[in-house]
Amino acid sequence: MSDTSKPARATPLRPRRRAILIGASQGIGAALAKELAQAGYTLALLDRNAELLNKVCVGLRADGYEAVPYEHDVTSYESVPVTLRRIVADLGGLDLFVYVAGVIHFPALDEYNFEQDRKMVEVNLLGAMAWMSQVAPMFQNAKSGQIVGISSVAGDRGRIGNPGYNTSKAGLTTYLEALRNRLSRHGVNVITVKPGMVKTEMLTLPGAPRPMFAVTPEQAAGEIARAIRKRRQVVYVSGLWRWIMLVIRHIPSVIFRRMSF
Amino acid sequence: MNNTFTQLENFGHSLKTACYRLQPKTNDDIHDVFQLAKKQGLTVTARGAGRSYNDASLNGGGIVMDLTGMNRILEWDPATGLVRGEPGVTLSQLWQKVLPDGWWPPVVSGTMTTTLGGCLAANVHGKNNYRVGPIGEHVVEFTALLPTGAEVTCSPEKNADLFYSMIGGYGMLGIFTSVTLQMKKVESGLLEVHAMPSRTLKEQLQQIEDGAPNYDYIVGWLDCITVGHGQVHAANYLHEGEDPEPKKTLQLSYQNLPSRLFGVMPKAWLHYFMTPFVNNVGWWGVNHAKYITSLRTHTFRQSHAAFHFLLDYVPDFERSYGRGGLIEYQSFLPKETALQAWTEMLNLSVKMGLPSYLGVTKRHRPDKFLLTHANDGFSLAQDFKVTDGNRKRLSAMLQEYDKIVLAHGGRFYFVKNSETTAETTLKFYGEETVEKFKKLKKRCDPNGLLESDLYRRIFG
Repeated sequence: MSDTSKPARATPLRPRRRAILIGASQGIGAALAKELAQAGYTLALLDRNAELLNKVCVGLRADGYEAVPYEHDVTSYESVPVTLRRIVADLGGLDLFVYVAGVIHFPALDEYNFEQDRKMVEVNLLGAMAWMSQVAPMFQNAKSGQIVGISSVAGDRGRIGNPGYNTSKAGLTTYLEALRNRLSRHGVNVITVKPGMVKTEMLTLPGAPRPMFAVTPEQAAGEIARAIRKRRQVVYVSGLWRWIMLVIRHIPSVIFRRMSF
Repeated sequence: MNNTFTQLENFGHSLKTACYRLQPKTNDDIHDVFQLAKKQGLTVTARGAGRSYNDASLNGGGIVMDLTGMNRILEWDPATGLVRGEPGVTLSQLWQKVLPDGWWPPVVSGTMTTTLGGCLAANVHGKNNYRVGPIGEHVVEFTALLPTGAEVTCSPEKNADLFYSMIGGYGMLGIFTSVTLQMKKVESGLLEVHAMPSRTLKEQLQQIEDGAPNYDYIVGWLDCITVGHGQVHAANYLHEGEDPEPKKTLQLSYQNLPSRLFGVMPKAWLHYFMTPFVNNVGWWGVNHAKYITSLRTHTFRQSHAAFHFLLDYVPDFERSYGRGGLIEYQSFLPKETALQAWTEMLNLSVKMGLPSYLGVTKRHRPDKFLLTHANDGFSLAQDFKVTDGNRKRLSAMLQEYDKIVLAHGGRFYFVKNSETTAETTLKFYGEETVEKFKKLKKRCDPNGLLESDLYRRIFG
């Protein structure tokens, strides 16, 4: 898959941190790749769009960072163990795993589209579980490492707008919480990132809502990198959404089911 | 597989990498590990006690074959002094087995926790290298399993090319499965040690040079902060009749290092008390105190274990270097250029404010092993503390060190070296040697299964 040479090995005086970033070709993923490279990580970048991914890698390498591209479709679940093993061998270890990959479809209010719902669950949730269920035991046994999942504020409540997406993200949030409870006692940190609105491709899709308190992917990536550095647990991006969602989470069902959003 | 993923460290605690740790118990298990590696597309590194200072027993993201479980002493013949053991047998097991019968391992490292496999792979030397060579010269025969699946038996006569390249080959050609060593007859459990001070580096090298023909062991301690202060320890075996009670001194109870200091404090705590001193100012004081106590020239008798296993005197001494750990840098210089080269190096380290906290000098002679580190001259091993703040400067300084060593015709020893690059390695071994080693590697390991972080660093 990758035609580039493997990154050099760590030595005591030239230590390395290594990260896998899935869904790195655009949006938050591409911006986060840059942030992590600047923070000193050697990166393995994965995406199904090889062309865009290569562009990101070439850009990072031109700036003197180390990034290796791997073409990968997160729904090819069986290929995960082999791919992971190969990447860890290429990088010479693993310190950070970030799952950014996600898809969205905005249905009309009366639309029920199982094909789209299934795709969202497969990419947003099952892909993350396929990877994290491989990474978690590695980190647990190594007694170190960080797992980051990009979930969404959409996972906090089921709304009339997008049952499928809400479900995929709620599942991911719960899965990450469970992982955190399993792994924190082994010295592994798990971060749930819940972006509100981020000005990426997603917001240009048909049916997308009007941006509200939206941040750029670069701002989002900066906040995520900060959360990684500080080993936080649950972060909203931007932070304002923590308070918005606090309110929304507490709206009683009797009112919420009559609301139009 | 993922359940065997483990974070492993070098001895200096300065490099942590995670890998799949597998623990074979038999030759068949080793074979299975090779098969698994081939199937998974992973590389394999053998690891014994993990006592190499740097990256020799690490393989980040790959398989590390931990051989400490294969630790049986298979045969011991007190009549001939021949002992055969599995690769995971430690020197501690070995000397405790042979000493009560009046024998001692001819070459030992500074700690007794090392394994036979590791000692052979690194071809370790002792304080008697100038007299008896490295441990490889006392190997009568070994068997090894190659990644091809072949089992080979090697001795100086049989498969000599493999014998002289696998010993000192950093485990990159095959895995030792049994080792037969010739022990050395001793008449007493004690050594007679002469301690003398040295005021300058020149004087110390002269003392070692002059003393070497008269002593079985010789080693110098060098203060690298107040460069030149030092002490030389020279020791001889006791001959028959010199020890009034050899039966008593050969007993294990007589040799064992005390586990408590002043009979009270467990030595396992000692490194915590050292930590506050492991900095430029604190260690300056420690060195001065040590030097003052060294000024007296005197002779005393010491057990073999106490004389040889200095590093075990303070258990986990390397922990006292703090979170960043330590690295060691050992250089081997011809006797003609040693003084000049080390004067340059030590001055540079003092100037940069990165002095070594431990300097150890030894005398060496050349040997026939392919990747030999010894030459007709001296070696100086230096321990450097690694911190988040000094990595860049230390790295730059060691680059300079490498240049100085090369310019003076010196050599490196890769279990005590962490930064030397493939380019420098090629210059020091010479293209012919590297070619020869790579050809052997191709023959023993055509699929390139055996690789360590060290191998990738120095052979690219």
